[in-house]
Amino acid sequence: MLKLVTKNVGIENSHTLSVARSHGAYSRLEAAFAMTPEALTAEVIKSNLRGLGGAGFPAGRKWSFLPKDSPKPRYLVVNGDEGEPGTCKDKIIMIHDPHLLIEGIIITCWAIQSHKAFIYIRGEYDLPVEHVEQAIVEAKAAGILGETVMGHDFALDIVVHRGAGAYICGEETALLESLEGKRGWPRLKPPFPAVEGYMRCPTVVNNVETLSYVPYVVEMGAQPFADLGSERNGGLRMYSISGRVNRPGVYELPMGTPLREMIYDHAQGVTGGRALKAVIPGGSSAPILTPDEIDVPMDFDSLAKRGTMLGSAGVIVFDETVSMVEALKVIIRFYAHESCGQCTPCREGTAWLEKIVERILDLGGRPGDVDNMLRISRNIMGNTICPFGDGAALPVVSCVTKFRPEFEAWVRRGQPVTTLPVREAHIGEPVAAV
Amino acid sequence: MIEHTSIRESSPTIDYGMVDHPGPVSWSDAARRDMAAIFARYPDKRSATLPILWLAVREFGWISPQVEKIAAEILGRPLNEIHIVVTFYTMYPRRPMGQHHIQICRNVSCWLAGAADLSRYLQQRLGIGPGETTADGKFSFSEVECLCYCECAPAMRLDNRYVGNLTKTSIDQLIGEK
Ligand SMILES: Cc1cc2nc3c(=O)[nH]c(=O)nc-3n(C[C@H](O)[C@H](O)[C@H](O)COP(=O)(O)O)c2cc1C
Ligand code: SF4
Ligand code: FES
Repeated sequence: MLKLVTKNVGIENSHTLSVARSHGAYSRLEAAFAMTPEALTAEVIKSNLRGLGGAGFPAGRKWSFLPKDSPKPRYLVVNGDEGEPGTCKDKIIMIHDPHLLIEGIIITCWAIQSHKAFIYIRGEYDLPVEHVEQAIVEAKAAGILGETVMGHDFALDIVVHRGAGAYICGEETALLESLEGKRGWPRLKPPFPAVEGYMRCPTVVNNVETLSYVPYVVEMGAQPFADLGSERNGGLRMYSISGRVNRPGVYELPMGTPLREMIYDHAQGVTGGRALKAVIPGGSSAPILTPDEIDVPMDFDSLAKRGTMLGSAGVIVFDETVSMVEALKVIIRFYAHESCGQCTPCREGTAWLEKIVERILDLGGRPGDVDNMLRISRNIMGNTICPFGDGAALPVVSCVTKFRPEFEAWVRRGQPVTTLPVREAHIGEPVAAV
Repeated sequence: MIEHTSIRESSPTIDYGMVDHPGPVSWSDAARRDMAAIFARYPDKRSATLPILWLAVREFGWISPQVEKIAAEILGRPLNEIHIVVTFYTMYPRRPMGQHHIQICRNVSCWLAGAADLSRYLQQRLGIGPGETTADGKFSFSEVECLCYCECAPAMRLDNRYVGNLTKTSIDQLIGEK
């Protein structure tokens, strides 16, 4: 099976310059510099390379949005803040093939004419930080970065910026705020980062994995790369498969690989041969799918058509023994914990959702609670500064809607049952007649 | 610019969960050298805030009110801005930490792999709850959200490395080694 960004995983010392070079690192630079920035951007647009951080925006088109006439410096900001539950892919590139990432950054900086790139890496990622920093030092010493890039009259500096523990800093504008030394509070868009990003300068924000495919677009040519995937979803991507499967792991597969094939072939089926109950296809912010919905090509457009999303391609599998009420509690607890607190519907809504699902599980559920969860979620959607709010509400709506009887059963369990002595249930209240 | 006074000075009765250093703190020569290198990487001083705070953690072990103050001075920012940043992120410790920090993931993939059970086991073994440190100062324990090591769930971060596919036995072994 063809592999691109994971090709070198498993090769000893693949993160060092000499080993990386013997496996092709930096071999695409000459071809890239031979193209004009405009031609290179056009090539990436044609390749159908999508943003793999979550939103799936076409990479080349994003680059083309930078204002042509701004006198300000331009920045490339690389999003390595990986935090979406169920996603564990970017760290693999940063640990095993940091030179591939750097090559992608160089090519992208040439395309957008930027001389400075920041790689924002999540704070917990010590090994990725170490390997990427080492790779930058090696690349500088070898004349691949610095005042000139491999003899080309093009200066480029790359700086690693370590996060400090905040999921929201993966959202691009929160990330920029954090990079500017502030708390990670997302910004209202527009202006988009392409116009006003880091230090209010034109900025492209791209995910680690997105940029790591750029050298392959150059190597293979746009059309062959596009042909690897499905319609409008070019190339391959990394799917993280976790939860109740026999072989959890990160799999690099063509865009549009059917979800069923991922679960039953690549991940070798559900643990213990049990029946499938539900699947989250794209990180915990993606609406959940039921077993009759898994015959779907895993690409951005196909999943959007089914009312969910590919997002960061974190596939989480639930088997028949899992309580969806408990699962939702774990998921919503995360959002309540990570809301940046800036928007009231998100801050209050996630806190209430957590409280309600907890009381349902503690057998304190109230008759209207299931509808209340839906109402609160719908109140968040579309009413917040950043997409985190939708990311918290959508899984609740899908889970509660698709597994409603399970939620109602929990609520019923917590209510006084009619066979209980009625007097006891009404203690303290005047009971007219029993 | 508005003059900001210390929030703690103006409201001394509020406990911000911060523990001060017993004696005065000051940057070492090595830290000052690293600081210069950090500032050189960014187009402005403010952008260096997160790395300077990381440096402070390395130097002083945790961010105390005194450390906030000298960080604010170095960065040329009002003290309350630094306090806002320090308290927004989860990874800057605000009190002394144990020699080893165990962070067990409680998010969905790890939960599906039995993390809740492991966390309970670990808490019993250490005799502490989330956010606490053992009396001998050896271990601090936290429950954290997805470490993005879900392919090896259940997972934890032990000091500065990831350990996955945890079992009670491997936890015993890891703790025994420390
Ligand atoms: C709440 C939230 C969290 C996000 N977390 C990440 C992340 O950890 N890594 C990432 O690359 N993108 C993340 N994104 C998406 C970014 O905002 C942005 O779209 C992406 O970095 C752009 O790069 P791409 O076009 O190459 O995907 C997140 C978005 C939201 C709303
Ligand atoms: S939606 Fe939530 S996370 Fe996003 S800005 Fe608003 S409060 Fe913050
Ligand atoms: S859920 Fe534990 S590492 Fe992702």
